[in-house]
Amino acid sequence: MAFPHGTEAGGAGAAAGWIGPVVAWSTRLDESALDALIRALREDGREVIGPTVRDGAVVLAPITAPSDLPAGWRDIQDAGRYRLAPAPGETTRFTHAAPAQGWKRFVHPPEDRLWRAHRPAHGDLTLEDPPPPPPPRAFLGVRPCDLAALEILDRVLAGPDQPDPAYALRRRDALVVSVDCGTPAASCFCATMDTGPAARDGFDLALVELVAEDGRPVYLARAGSPAGADLLDRLPGTPANDADRETATSQRDRAVATQTRALPPGIRGVLAGAIDSRHWDEVAARCLACGNCTLCCPTCFCATVEDSTSLDGRTAERWRRWSSCFTEAFSYIHGGAVRGDRGNRYRQWITHKLSAWHDQFGGSGCVGCGRCITWCPVGIDITAEAATLDAEAHARAGAPTPGTAAIAATHP
Amino acid sequence: MDAQPAASRSTPSSAPLPDTLAALRLGSPGTDPMRPRPYRIERWTRELSDTFTVDLVPLEGPPSPFRPGQFNMLYVFGAGEVPISISGDPAHPERLVHTTRAVGQVTNAMKALRVGDTLGVRGPFGTPWPVEAAYGHDVVVAAGGIGLAPLRPLIHALLAERPRFGTVVLLYGARTPEDILFRRQLTAWRGRFDMTVHATVDRATGRWAGPVGMVTRLIARGGFDARDTTAFVCGPEVMMRHAAQALIDRGVAARRIHLSMERNMKCAIGVCGHCQWGPDFVCKDGPVFRYDHVAERLGCFEI
Repeated sequence: MAFPHGTEAGGAGAAAGWIGPVVAWSTRLDESALDALIRALREDGREVIGPTVRDGAVVLAPITAPSDLPAGWRDIQDAGRYRLAPAPGETTRFTHAAPAQGWKRFVHPPEDRLWRAHRPAHGDLTLEDPPPPPPPRAFLGVRPCDLAALEILDRVLAGPDQPDPAYALRRRDALVVSVDCGTPAASCFCATMDTGPAARDGFDLALVELVAEDGRPVYLARAGSPAGADLLDRLPGTPANDADRETATSQRDRAVATQTRALPPGIRGVLAGAIDSRHWDEVAARCLACGNCTLCCPTCFCATVEDSTSLDGRTAERWRRWSSCFTEAFSYIHGGAVRGDRGNRYRQWITHKLSAWHDQFGGSGCVGCGRCITWCPVGIDITAEAATLDAEAHARAGAPTPGTAAIAATHP
Repeated sequence: MDAQPAASRSTPSSAPLPDTLAALRLGSPGTDPMRPRPYRIERWTRELSDTFTVDLVPLEGPPSPFRPGQFNMLYVFGAGEVPISISGDPAHPERLVHTTRAVGQVTNAMKALRVGDTLGVRGPFGTPWPVEAAYGHDVVVAAGGIGLAPLRPLIHALLAERPRFGTVVLLYGARTPEDILFRRQLTAWRGRFDMTVHATVDRATGRWAGPVGMVTRLIARGGFDARDTTAFVCGPEVMMRHAAQALIDRGVAARRIHLSMERNMKCAIGVCGHCQWGPDFVCKDGPVFRYDHVAERLGCFEI
């Protein structure tokens, strides 16, 4: 399994790689193909999950028709800020950046029963057989940053020793239809993380949404697996032409150029050596330890287990629930929490995400989706904190900071 | 690859599942490591006022062999699950022995169990004490408090291959004479001609006439060839830090000192994230670590 675009730390050089080859889109689909696509997936017995507008945000949820997809909305995302702005008359469906939550919840659910056990009044402990697996799903409209996040979760939860069979089953059975991103938000930095805005692999079927001369959306498609090729065969399409491909390429290059945020290239090493930084206290003064960043992060995988017992005391269940390294209970051992200080919990989170993750899973744990920046209630920005720590490290070493200024210059 | 026949699944479609990219990459899921196996308590022993030992045998199926230093996740019905190191003899895996201090909800519920009761076991997990690394060397085993429990399987393993080692020294520190764990076993070991056993207490009570002070003072007294010694240390983190430093001060190489860490654990297989310690998962990269690999981290506050 290839690691998703596994660069050491992202950076300006990685972004430059995207201003490159024209993608070999094979098929042009008109607007009606979306309906055919959702129908075909449902005929195959799949529950289709895709972006839809709910509670003032683009969220991922079960959808049954193209009308469920967001059209006529633009999302505005920045540090501590998310707004949906109406875009009257716009008929494109994929003009949003990262949806409010990633695909994590559909492969690694927020709560999941691990098993149920019984203990009769006079008898031994027995475990119920596991329930049959749920019907397979299709993920429609997966952004390239989120494709990279799924592959990172594969490494964590479905690695060589298969630690989480339920994850592996949900993930195996999911058919992935990606849609390249032409509308990154101000919070996005996929280009420098080398995960987007265009998909390179990790999809069964890849789409890009363009606007035709008449203002209606059209789609270019290419298959990434046998299942994706079968699906594409069932859609009413025509061969894509070079003009379409050029349009897709310039849309992609624009999506790279609009991104202004980036992580410093050497952040892995900087964080490994920043354990005693005073900056953690400064972050602690702002951080609420609410855990929003870990919940909306598409790769944060930490979970706890909770037991519940029936009133008669004969049946017990064990549930796995998402957890967060920002809670005090997370590191509790007899005698107290290992990380009692809020700044040290932020240190743990960012150091794990951007540094230790390389040691554990061979790449960064960040895909540049920007969700932690958007959904932080006080607007703590992972790229800004990383830049401060980077500058601090260079100041300690007595050298100027080459990293962040150079990156900002390449992305006006 | 396609090991999930559609016929056996409760899917709305009878069509065979296509080869999605994820299926091509992931292969078929294995058995669930989060499901415990039921074991029966064959013996329940009170060790100290708050410490007890359970001997477990599986209700069905073969016993799980283990290596010294490994741990199991023990599940008490309705109460929860905790990581507990194995304290028995690795030559007799048919009987899983765990020594536990009742300090929380689950361990207190476990303390209330009796012979014949069942509990759930997952494991064994974690890295073992590297017995082979000590071949040809003098061996120092330094234990603090309940830290003697995960070291007892190591001592059994050392004695099973006794001619392979030089001097074998066990240094044990307890809070008070009443807190000395495995007292009969310590006495038996002390009676051997091929092993040295010293104990110290933080606070002398009653008729104690032995050494008083930290286990580091026993290390400083020597009795082993430091240039050619492998050391195994387990106890509270602060004790391990000072013991390792005392061993180094004495001349033992940092790479020949091994210690066993404790962290919060929910899964024991590296997916719950709780036990992270720097880049390591204590559950699968540890609990046994080589001191020179972790020395820098060991002194860090709240890492």
